[in-house]
Amino acid sequence: MSAGAIGGDSHWPLWEVFTQGNQGEPFEHAGSLHATDAEHALQNARDVYARRGEAVNLWVVPSSAITASAPGDAGPFFDPGNDKAYRHPQFYKVPRGVKVF
Amino acid sequence: MSAAHGDEELGIAAGEASAGTRPVAGARGPDLGDPLVECLLRLGDDRLILGHRLSEWCGHGPILEEDIALSNLALDLIGQAASLLRLAGEVEGRGRDEDALAYFRDGVQFRNCLLVEQPNGDFGVTMVRQFLFDAHSVLVWEALAAGGHPGLAAVAGKALKEDKYHLRHSSEWVVRLGDGTAESHARVQRALDDLWRFTGELFRRDAVDEAVAAHGIALDAAAIRPRWDAIVDDVLARATLVRPADAGMRHGGRTGRHTEHLGHLLATMQIVARSHPGAAW
Repeated sequence: MSAGAIGGDSHWPLWEVFTQGNQGEPFEHAGSLHATDAEHALQNARDVYARRGEAVNLWVVPSSAITASAPGDAGPFFDPGNDKAYRHPQFYKVPRGVKVF
Repeated sequence: MSAAHGDEELGIAAGEASAGTRPVAGARGPDLGDPLVECLLRLGDDRLILGHRLSEWCGHGPILEEDIALSNLALDLIGQAASLLRLAGEVEGRGRDEDALAYFRDGVQFRNCLLVEQPNGDFGVTMVRQFLFDAHSVLVWEALAAGGHPGLAAVAGKALKEDKYHLRHSSEWVVRLGDGTAESHARVQRALDDLWRFTGELFRRDAVDEAVAAHGIALDAAAIRPRWDAIVDDVLARATLVRPADAGMRHGGRTGRHTEHLGHLLATMQIVARSHPGAAW
């Protein structure tokens, strides 16, 4: 390992942590942390986000690898979906016996 | 271990003992009590004292994530100590529970090895101490989990999982710091050189070890040693650290002859329980 793996004197790279609560469940974003590399990030994630048995699997992703929508995109990205009720399958009668849908 | 390894009883080799390795009490007789109780106290005290040492880092960790990690290690070890001391109290049969054993014994009655009571130093010292202990602890739990003492085997099975993670964590840090910057390398090499003399005690056998074999507790130091050597040599090689020579090994903790550091630790650890005996919170 070289000192070059550490970004600057005082700041380690930021990582996003995703936890899976049970086998088969989706991974959910739990938070973020600082770590020098992937293995270190995985260990820190275990200690910070999974120490009370919250997870059976962990993902760590460099925050820099995530492309995010900007708050300024909210209008064009999300607003058009709000006023078109016909986009939602809500005009069907739910068959008897169906409890979860 | 034979004299050829340079073992010295604490306090006897005054010429070589530094100020940090004087015993808190003089020599005591060989009265070791019930071997099974002694064995459980040794296992429990190792983890109680190391757990307390790690808890001293709480709020002082180098970064937030590591602060939490160190507290996690401490809590695991204190949990293991509670199980082991409870078991020791039950076997002893004198009505002492884990709290009585943790908070109302004095230094000479503690049976932890000298390694775990050494001060935290810098983060490198703490991680080297942790690594040397973890590598041994994992092998001990493996042997005990397969052993013939049901109560102890149950504790061992749970503790093995915890300590495997501890070893992974401490190994990673030893490699990271050893193979890091010139400053971090020099610091962990110095920590290794300073702490190495306390590793011989981990592999010493005495009458207690012989006696507990009858209880199905077979800790074969001769079998554990080469596996510990392999773990340590592998990590030190990756960390570009030099393994110190086995000279001037110190021991005495197993019979209550501790370094001066234990007394200070116990004063802090026991003050609340002794000031407010029986308090609940």
